[in-house]
Amino acid sequence: MDLAIGIGGAAGQGIATPGDILARIFVRRGLHLNTYNAYQSIVRGGHIFLTLRTSDRPVQSTGDKLDLLITLNQDTMDRHLKLMQRGSIVLYNADKIQPGAVADGVQLCPFSVKALAPKAKGDLVQNTIALAAALKLLGLDFKTLEDIITLQFQRKGQAAVDENVGVARAGYDYAAAEFNSGFSLPETTGKPLAFVDGNSALAMGGAAAGVRFYAAYPMSPSTGVLHWMARHARELGIMVRQVEDELGVINMTIGAAHAGCRAMCATSGGGFALMTEALGAAAMFELPLVCIDVQRAGPATGVPTKTEQGDLWQALGAGQGDYPRIIVAPTSIPDCFKTVPELFNLVDRFQCPGIVLSDLLISEGRSSIDPAELDFNVPIERGEMIGLNGHTPELNGTPYKRYEFTDSGISPRAIPGTLGYVHVVATDEHDEEGGLISDEFTNPHKRQAMHEKRMRKMEGVLSLIDPPALFGAPDADVTLVGWGSTEGVIREAIEKLAAEENVVANNLQIKWLVPLHAEHILATLAGSKKVIIVENNYSGQFARYLRSETSFVPDGYIRKYDGEPFMPHHIVEGVKQVLAQVTRQYVPVHEMLV
Amino acid sequence: MIADIPTTESRPVLTVKDMKGHTDPDWCPGCGDFGVLHALKTAIVELGLAPNEVLTISGIGCSSNLPGYINTYGMHTLHGRALAVATGAQLANHKLKIIVTGGDGDGYGIGGNHFLHTMRRNVDLTYIVMDNQVYGLTTGQVSPTSIKGMKTKSTPFGSVENEINPIPLAIVGGATYVARGFTGQVRHLTDLIKGGIQHRGFSLIDTFSPCVTFNRDNTHEFFRQRTQKLEDQAHDPTDFSSAMARAYEWGDRIPIGLFWKRDDLLSLDQLEPVLDDDVPLARRPLGINAELSRSLIRELM
Repeated sequence: MDLAIGIGGAAGQGIATPGDILARIFVRRGLHLNTYNAYQSIVRGGHIFLTLRTSDRPVQSTGDKLDLLITLNQDTMDRHLKLMQRGSIVLYNADKIQPGAVADGVQLCPFSVKALAPKAKGDLVQNTIALAAALKLLGLDFKTLEDIITLQFQRKGQAAVDENVGVARAGYDYAAAEFNSGFSLPETTGKPLAFVDGNSALAMGGAAAGVRFYAAYPMSPSTGVLHWMARHARELGIMVRQVEDELGVINMTIGAAHAGCRAMCATSGGGFALMTEALGAAAMFELPLVCIDVQRAGPATGVPTKTEQGDLWQALGAGQGDYPRIIVAPTSIPDCFKTVPELFNLVDRFQCPGIVLSDLLISEGRSSIDPAELDFNVPIERGEMIGLNGHTPELNGTPYKRYEFTDSGISPRAIPGTLGYVHVVATDEHDEEGGLISDEFTNPHKRQAMHEKRMRKMEGVLSLIDPPALFGAPDADVTLVGWGSTEGVIREAIEKLAAEENVVANNLQIKWLVPLHAEHILATLAGSKKVIIVENNYSGQFARYLRSETSFVPDGYIRKYDGEPFMPHHIVEGVKQVLAQVTRQYVPVHEMLV
Repeated sequence: MIADIPTTESRPVLTVKDMKGHTDPDWCPGCGDFGVLHALKTAIVELGLAPNEVLTISGIGCSSNLPGYINTYGMHTLHGRALAVATGAQLANHKLKIIVTGGDGDGYGIGGNHFLHTMRRNVDLTYIVMDNQVYGLTTGQVSPTSIKGMKTKSTPFGSVENEINPIPLAIVGGATYVARGFTGQVRHLTDLIKGGIQHRGFSLIDTFSPCVTFNRDNTHEFFRQRTQKLEDQAHDPTDFSSAMARAYEWGDRIPIGLFWKRDDLLSLDQLEPVLDDDVPLARRPLGINAELSRSLIRELM
């Protein structure tokens, strides 16, 4: 069973509610789910299109086709009907919406709100009827919906419950009498699953890691992290602040981190641009923090509600000068949760900033997840903090050297308040005791030694992060290299290539970007027959980065930069064309106008 | 656990000499900033504070070098960002005494947005601005407080812009302790700083700290002839109208002293329920207990 439902309308028409209800029904039955909402930067109007795909097997993308289209306005019908294929169903309110030309084998299912609910007021009744009819088409019993509506409206009193249940009943019965679908959901696949968006997963990962300070300025598509943090701040004991700008956000985070908190912030590319000088400052201070960049389509304000993997080079080059930083791109929504605590342990240990490169696709996309995977009891390693972990150096009357030269580059850190370790940290270059060597006491030898000490930490980081592992058949015809959020869609494309095109492909998905396991990656790719790099940006930012680190040049590229994520068939087509030497660089056209 | 802020009994008895920092000041001979440094050291000693319970945070500029010259925990941050860093540090450990030092360009120019918002939040810190009305470290350009008409390297024909008057700006901006000092009156300045540190909330002490190298207009002598203490003039710092009127006085008589003070507004850390149990966030154990984890997961089911 593999079923995709699209719900489209204008912003403000209330698409989220039927979407949430369907999603909860699926995951409570133990079905897997992946959803993606295509929307614009508008509060009322425009075109919103929510895709929900469910299966009894794990689903890693919203797939290629729709089985059921629910249109809440004419615009949705005009945009999407032509893409509907044999066996699919289109549900719509015939009072207001007219279908156009339709492919053979597509079942049109009109209903009339006026006829089914003559007394109902307002536009939301259309959603209720459509949802009820959809549930009937999916083969679900009415009781499931009745319980949800009762729960939803009980605050408004029994009359509201009765009215809405009545309307839903009319829609459900009408669908039972008039329409016939071949769909059926498995009764259950076992235990219920949880349902989470990537931004909440990032926030929960922070909470698990012990974040005590979180700051942000609202910026799509990162704001979900702020909302989760704000909602849970008091029960979890997290200081959450909405700040005047991203300069303030990152610098407050720095202050809290220096004072001893695990501190985190999130933004998107534009806000990240404002933060870059301070990320260098965190590295110069040698203090740990986590900064999340949820990428959206740039440059400048760009397309605020659309996805892209366009900030890799911004993160690589964030700030002036060279400094140690860790950059990681989670590869799925569940991976967002796991990555943040891993990163906190690294940045605490190596006293440097960590950057998470998420993107709109996985931050605002939602996925089912086995609740057992949400293990909040994660290891917490704070590294060499004086007064913690027994790392307190004996001073014996000598001054405390905050930036003592060590083989690892790591110097034990004292937080303000600690008795006996008073010191000053500076964004100016400094000596072991923190004294400035930028002004009066300039010293090129000390500058060189301190620069090398800081950068030395990167070798230690590399030794602690997992090298990327090849997924799939080792002797495949082609290796698809991706980074971050594209893992799910690449792996679905691999299944399709095997099933439909007789092409065996495997996948090397890169999560840890800096430091990069360059030699390991080079050795892995040396064993591949063909290599294609797949990424969601214009210039092939990862391909260029990999080339700069390894001199490796792949056989082809698949890129997309229209704001929408890859669909599996885009990658399938790209692989076919590259292997057939039709092109070295394939850029798919997104068929859906969203 | 971590050795902590001293209790009342364990407070050290220190002298101003004990407050000497890692490095000797590299300010020009005669710079007003020496007076601020001395006043701040004296205030800390007279209040009986221990070096490890004070965190001095600065931005960038001549005056922002101060943390290296004083025996407290210090952060010498980026240009304009000291107040943001200080807010994070204060909320992370509200038991620390936070002192922020910097210049007029750092605080009222590049850091202007943080200045406004840190005041309205009434963050519990003491902000000492060494206001020399010029950019010194970059060798003499116009600053937000340079008087109109002032000739500098970036305004060789005289500045045409109006200057900021930080005192009324702070009063209406939400600061709850607003004072002006002069480095020619170090004892008076020391008392203003002590008052600011003891005040629970945002304290601004804008301080005339003349630049002996790049400001030929607003010199030590200029201020010595004109400054008059509000404390000698029956000014009531709880009277808003009087505070605003005195803040706008400029000319032959320039008031220094405490313009404005109100104790009826809580500071941000007092308002924030996350700090209700009074344990500094930085000292709390990390991790989430099993019961909370279950409740967070239940929300997703």
